Amino acid sequence: MNLLEMKNVGVDIKDDVNNNKEILKDVSLEFEAGKIYVITGPNGGGKSTLAKCIMGIMPQNTGKIYLDGEDISDLSIVERSKKGIGYAFQTPAKFKGLKVGNLLKLAKGDSENSIEQTLRNVGLNPEEYLNRSIDNSFSGGELKRIELASILIQDLKLALFDEPEAGIDLWSFKLLIKTFKRLNRFTDTCIVIISHQERIMEMANEIVVIDKGEVAQKTVKNKLLSILNSNDLDNCELTCCERGELCGE
Amino acid sequence: MANEINKEGRSLLEIIAETGKIPEAMNIRMNGHSCERRVSPNIDIKNKENKPGIDVIVKPNTIGEVVSIPVVITAGNINDKVYNTIDIGAGSDVTVSAGCGIHNDSDDCSRHDGIHDFIIRENAKVKYIENHYGEGNGSGDNVLNPETRIELMENAIAELDMTQIEGVDSTIRFTKIILHDNAKIVVTERLMTSGNQRADSTIEVIIDGENASAQIISRSVAKGNSVQNFFMSLTGNAKCKGHIQCDSIIMDNAKVASTPKIYAANTDAELIHEATIGRIASDQLTKLMTIGITEEEAEDIIIKGFLD
Repeated sequence: MNLLEMKNVGVDIKDDVNNNKEILKDVSLEFEAGKIYVITGPNGGGKSTLAKCIMGIMPQNTGKIYLDGEDISDLSIVERSKKGIGYAFQTPAKFKGLKVGNLLKLAKGDSENSIEQTLRNVGLNPEEYLNRSIDNSFSGGELKRIELASILIQDLKLALFDEPEAGIDLWSFKLLIKTFKRLNRFTDTCIVIISHQERIMEMANEIVVIDKGEVAQKTVKNKLLSILNSNDLDNCELTCCERGELCGE
Repeated sequence: MANEINKEGRSLLEIIAETGKIPEAMNIRMNGHSCERRVSPNIDIKNKENKPGIDVIVKPNTIGEVVSIPVVITAGNINDKVYNTIDIGAGSDVTVSAGCGIHNDSDDCSRHDGIHDFIIRENAKVKYIENHYGEGNGSGDNVLNPETRIELMENAIAELDMTQIEGVDSTIRFTKIILHDNAKIVVTERLMTSGNQRADSTIEVIIDGENASAQIISRSVAKGNSVQNFFMSLTGNAKCKGHIQCDSIIMDNAKVASTPKIYAANTDAELIHEATIGRIASDQLTKLMTIGITEEEAEDIIIKGFLD
């Protein structure tokens, strides 16, 4: 059974002159527990909107979203969080005064995961970081790791990561890959990563290409990686395919 | 004649005078009169002769002691002005706790003006904690107007922690600091206003000494229809470093003004003023909502962290 199902989902926003602009059009996708999905595609194609729509940050205007068969289309961000959906932001928020330990304690909720161990898992020493406030004193890489920790500490059914590799150094990138692999190995969390990075795509069970607000491809990774390598992405037809099969060819 | 501290006064003292350590010396003033005093072999407290108030004299080289001089007002229609002088002996390392709490259930205004003059002598180190708080069910205003003047002699170090979080209808705060050679001060001011409250705070720092440094951090939250005005002034007359950081969160229909002034009279003076006013950032609220915190709870958490 699918963990998350999007059925004919559309998201509109108002543009500068107050006209409706379609950011996502008729998107239908399915996600299973325990799998890694990478969402990729051109900039401005609607990848982040898709993830934000699942989290409830940009609610859909049309279509439905189901989690474990339950319609969550009208649920708020907070309600979706309580149902086990988490979201790691591309640009993590900074908080003057709010400490790392406090944020992780809030994120942890009823989970039995250890705050200290989660920090160690993202390469941060708890003794050094727990009492620091999440402000400008942190580098971009440190902020990303704390953001990552705020997701890992939760017991999530579905974890969304919006360009987790953006703004981090090579060392952090290796750690990031390791972190996803560990999460995938030891939990049943469905991992959805927005990324352009081939190293991240290589981890995926399935890759979804979003372009011009539509699903351009959904496929197993090897076939898509070979298309990407042959720079033939523009020739992909805008067709959603069945899981594990490349269609539109 | 000494009067007993009443129940409301005790409750206020728990809020404003908690330092985590039993003070070696203390003077508690309630409703315009001294009502409890304790001195130590190293810290003496005496009444002023010509005006209301006390002299606190810390002997040189007093280490690790706490002196607490809180004021509580538990009635309406009290207008209490007090002049305190605190003389910290050379080489000492002490904590001074002051502040005022008002419990006013009446429809009359109660007001306390605490005028504090500090002299922190050579090589001394002081932590000064000042908490201001108001409460009560009457319509009478709670008014607190503190004036704090601090002179730091050579190599003296001071850390000031001044907080007014709740229940003060009107405050005009004035803090003036003069630093001599190698002196160092860090001031943290935290202020929150709501309803129709008004808060004005002036912090004036004059650095006269070579290699002296001052860091002023002001954080405030303005809610409801409240109004806040900040005047921050930093003067560098010598080779020195000074940094003022003034951040405000504005909510509802509140109004906040921040007026900076930095003045250098020496080419080696390095002075910085930073000021920000803005609402709670939406990315902060959204982040907390994605970990299951409601928007209202998220606001409280962000404000608490900001003022912590």
